[in-house]
Parts: sequence; structure tokens; C-alpha cells
Amino acid sequence: MVYFLSNLVNGITLGSVYAMIALGYSMVYGIAKMLNFAHGDVIMVGAYVCFCAVQYWNLPPAAAVLVSMIVSTLLGVLIEGLAYRPLRQATSLAVLITAIGVSYLLQNLALLIWGATPVIFSSVVPDFKVRLLGGDLIITSAAIFTVLAAVAVMIALTLFVSRSRTGKAMRAVSEDRGAAELMGISVNRTISVTFAIGSALAAVAGVLLCSTYPTLTPTTGSLPGIKAFTAAVFGGIGSIPGAMLGGLLLGLIEIFGRSYISSELGDAIVFAVLIIVLLVRPTGLLGKPIREKV
Amino acid sequence: MRKMMALALALVMCLCACTAFADGIKVATIGPLTGPYANYGKPVEDSLILAVEHANAQGGIQFEVLPAQDDLGDGEKALTAYNKLKDDGLQVLLGTVTSGACAAVAGTAVGERFFMLTPSASADMVPEVGDNVFQICFTDSSQGAKAAEYIKSHELGTKIGIIYNNAQDYSAGIKAAFEAKAAELGLEIVKTSAFSDDNAPDFSAQVNEVKQAGADLVFLPIYYTPEYKILTYANSIEYAPIFYGVDGTDGILEQENVDAAIVEGLMYLTPYTPNSTDERTNAYTEAFRAKFGYDPNQFGADEYDALFVLKALCEKAGVTAETAPAEACELLIAAITAEDFSFDGITGTMTWSADGTVTKEPKTAKIENGAYVMVE
Repeated sequence: MVYFLSNLVNGITLGSVYAMIALGYSMVYGIAKMLNFAHGDVIMVGAYVCFCAVQYWNLPPAAAVLVSMIVSTLLGVLIEGLAYRPLRQATSLAVLITAIGVSYLLQNLALLIWGATPVIFSSVVPDFKVRLLGGDLIITSAAIFTVLAAVAVMIALTLFVSRSRTGKAMRAVSEDRGAAELMGISVNRTISVTFAIGSALAAVAGVLLCSTYPTLTPTTGSLPGIKAFTAAVFGGIGSIPGAMLGGLLLGLIEIFGRSYISSELGDAIVFAVLIIVLLVRPTGLLGKPIREKV
Repeated sequence: MRKMMALALALVMCLCACTAFADGIKVATIGPLTGPYANYGKPVEDSLILAVEHANAQGGIQFEVLPAQDDLGDGEKALTAYNKLKDDGLQVLLGTVTSGACAAVAGTAVGERFFMLTPSASADMVPEVGDNVFQICFTDSSQGAKAAEYIKSHELGTKIGIIYNNAQDYSAGIKAAFEAKAAELGLEIVKTSAFSDDNAPDFSAQVNEVKQAGADLVFLPIYYTPEYKILTYANSIEYAPIFYGVDGTDGILEQENVDAAIVEGLMYLTPYTPNSTDERTNAYTEAFRAKFGYDPNQFGADEYDALFVLKALCEKAGVTAETAPAEACELLIAAITAEDFSFDGITGTMTWSADGTVTKEPKTAKIENGAYVMVE
């Protein structure tokens, strides 16, 4: 029982981290119609900035998170402006390759600045443990904060996109870029804002990822980034609740697959499930069916 | 007149080149000096410089060290570096640092009859590539066997769990040797759990698996990055068996902001720690620290030994700065595989069999109060 529950807790925690990263992926894809493969690396940069803010500048945790969000936002807007904007009319393949290039650039810059030796991230959340079932089941504060933050971010993002003016502009750009432009919406500005929000979310995701799993290296973001991308596709890319659902399910499948089927086949199980879901529902769990335009 | 000048210049240059050649036996290393594995290559480069300095001060055969070449741990780049060093007059290669690159270079060097002594390429297949390659470090399989013997003889645990990386030769090789030896000694392995990527963030499923199986000792034949993540999770759920690692643990304390409480009590196999009771080891550590401003690791210590092994071999075989590499290769092979040759260095006493494998006793170290210490 304790074994099952502790796997459940770990699955939800890991899933929440995936979900948080997947939200950024999914939002950028939904609006800019591009896969920002550098998203995972913005997470890594966000975590490093937060680490430096706490460790060297002695900022309190909340201020460190804020600094990290600001730096990541600027970085995201800069990447979009320099690397992606000139390719707005180019083929999607060109944009995709550029994104992979940006990803390598960020990883290698981090390697230059912070070196290859891992740094151990100091958790930014208050440190406590919750003991259940007579102390056998221990849940860390980082896990609790991660789950709560993922849910809060999902709700905030859903409200922002559906209610605010900028959110409406985003949806308009997503529906039909040309028509939105004719209606007086600045497509470039909207996409910039999308990247800004996505990157700020990436910073939060990075901080929570490293608060739960404290080893930080220049490649920290790449594997969770790929898993989160899988989660976004799983849940239906472009859909915010889909990213959340996809992330959680992916985390649970990964942990339970490892624990109850085979630890050696952990990732194989995850991707096998993805293939099956995509065979049955090609647009993902909560994706909108694609209508053929005639 | 100009012709005469050119001729004179050429003559002078030739003379310079000849005197430079007569200076000492030319040695160099190849390894990852930059990039993610730089913490393996850099101490090797610096240790070779230090070793040559010490060896030349001792008198006898003199050495000259050529600039170390960076291969980023990649076989293709290592091969290019090897060819460049040969053009510069290299006679013996004291490298390469990583196993894959070492095997790649050895594959070419065996045909060209070029002698290689690697400090740290520990894969079992490295000496199998050619009769010209010898190791200073113990092989992966010998670590697995030694770990099982140590655990058995010191009665550290009765129910053993293993967490290893099934996508890595290093980890899988040690694990297989450990299992074989454990079966022979009658040690009970209650659970073997695997992962496939050192960069994965979450290791909770693996830790819970060995915990659920009731392991009171967990063997970790992996590098320090995943090892630290495993220890972190185990610590958070207050699971505290004995954790026993291998030489990949070296470096775990060098991580910035490392939590000493998490690694406290971790045991592992290594030929070297900076905190030793051995006088020669301390002399090396202190000289290294004074010259380069950081602590060396086992890779550096192995390279330091490699140069002195070579010195002993050259004295024995009569290899000098004038000996051509191919000729030196045959002489050195005969010398190192001779029955009566053994070497007592800072990383232990070594002998080599005819097929190139080294026999050397790994030692057990433990992390106490945030420092590596040797234990009996």
C-alpha cells in the first residue's frame, strides 16, 4: 500500500513538472504554430539564474524566482526576435531546425558560463515533510508546491487566454493569422507576448524542477523538455488543459511502468502508450479534430 | 649570399630540431580538456606535466611533454589528435582518457606499432583492441568483483539491491561482474533496478523498488551525477541502507553547493583520494594543489603513475629519446609483460599479463564529514 501510494505521489510530482513545461510548449505551438525546441533549455537557464540569485547575490527565494522569471522572459523575447521572427514566412522545417540550433546554443553557452560540473540547487520552497500512514509515506514540501503551482498556472493561463484582450488576440492569431492582421491585431507583438509568457512559465518550471530534483547541469532541461513535448502531443498540442492532463498521465505512466512492469523498459512504455494514443486519437486526448478545408 | 643564409638557417633549424629531439622521450596525452567531461581530462593533462617535472628532477631518463590534445571524449577527434602528435615527434602516448576514444586510437596504433599506456580507459575491451595498449586503472569487471568481495568479507549487507545504467557499457560491465562474483560468494541480490539516462531527473521508482525488496545495501555501479540524485531521493524518504559505489563516485563532493549530509557514509571503490595516509600520495596531492590550485582526482593520480611506469620500463628496455616509436613499442611491450615487472605507484601495486590487462587492488573509500577518506 505504501509502495503504491509513494509511487502515486512520485508520479503526480513528476507529471506536474512535465505538465508545467508542456504548458509552455503547447501555448507557443497553439499560437505561433511552431515547435520551440529551445523551451527545455530556457528552463535550464531560468534554474541557473535562480541558483545564482540565491547563492551569490543572497536574494530571498521569492525575489530570486522573480529575477529568474524576468531574465527568462527577456531571453525568450530575444530568441523570438532574433531567431524566429526573420523566419515568419519560411517553411516550418526551417523554423524547426533553427529551434534545435537555439537549443544547442543555449546548452553550450551554459557550459561556458557555469561549466559541466553539476551544481546542487537550493530549494526555494519552505522545507518540511508531510508524514502519512504512521510515518511510512513521506511527502516533501517541494513535491506539494510543484503540484499546486502546476494547477495554479494552468488555471491562470486558461483564464488569461479566454478572458483578457491579449488572450483574445492570441486566439485570433491562432485561428487565422491573416484575418487577425486585417482586424488590426499586431501578429508580431502577439507572438512576442506569447514567447514572453511561455518563457516566464519556463523559469517557474525550472525552479520547481530543480527544487524537487536538485542536480542542475547545462543539459538538465533537455530530457524533461522532450518528455514534456511528448506530454503536450499526448494531451493534444495547442490545448492548455490537454498539456496538463498529458503531463500528469505521462508522469504516472512513467513511474508505474518502471515500478510494476520493468525499470529497464521505463521510457519504452511511455512512448508505446504515446504511439497507441496517437493511433486511436491522432490529435491527442483533448485535441480538436482537424477539419479538412475545402 | 641569400642562398648561403638559407642554407645556414636550415642547418641551424635542423640542429635545433636534433637537440630538441635529444632532450627527452616525447610523451603526451589525449583527453577531454573542455566540455562536459573536462573534469576527467584536465587533471590528467596537469598530472602529466607535474610527473615529467618530478621525473626529470630525479635524474636518469629525461622526458619532454608535448601539449595535451583535446578530444572531447570522441574517437574521431582523438584519432586526429593522435596523428598530430605523431607529426610532432611523439614516441609514447600516455592516453587516451576515455574508453571509447582509447579503443579508436588503439585500433590504428596497433597497426603502426605505437605504444599506449592509458591512465583511465577502464573498459574491459580496451586491452583487447591491440597488444600495444596497457591500462593503469583497474578494469570495470575487476571493480565489480572486488566490490562483491569487500561486501562479503566485511559483512556490510545481506540483502543487496543494485541500481545501474543499462545503456552504459561502464555501468553494465561492472554490474555483470558484480553479479557473477556475488553468486559465487553466496551474496543475495534481492533486486536489480535500471535506468537508461544519467540526465533523467527522477530516480524515485528505482529507489522505491530496492527499498520495497528490503535491501540493506545498495550497490551503485554508476557515475556520481545519477548517484547523487539517488541519494537525494533516498534521503528525502529517510531510506538509509549502506550505499556502495564505484570509482565513478569520484567528484561527487566537487559539485557546487553539495549537501554533505546526503553523501555522508557513502562507500566506494577508488585507487586514490586526496586525503590519504600514504606519504607519496600526499606529496603528489600537495605538489599538484600548489602548482594548479585545485585538488586532483584518481584520473590525475593514474596519469602520474603512468609516467613513472613508463620511466621504469624505458630504463629496463633501454628505450631512449632516439628510439623510433615502432621499435620502442616492441621493447616496451616485452618489458611490461615480463614476469618480473611490477610497479608500486601512488594508486597501488600493478602487474600486467601478456594480454594487456592490469592486476591492481581497488581500495575502498568512504565519505566522512564531507571528505573522502580511505578505509580498510
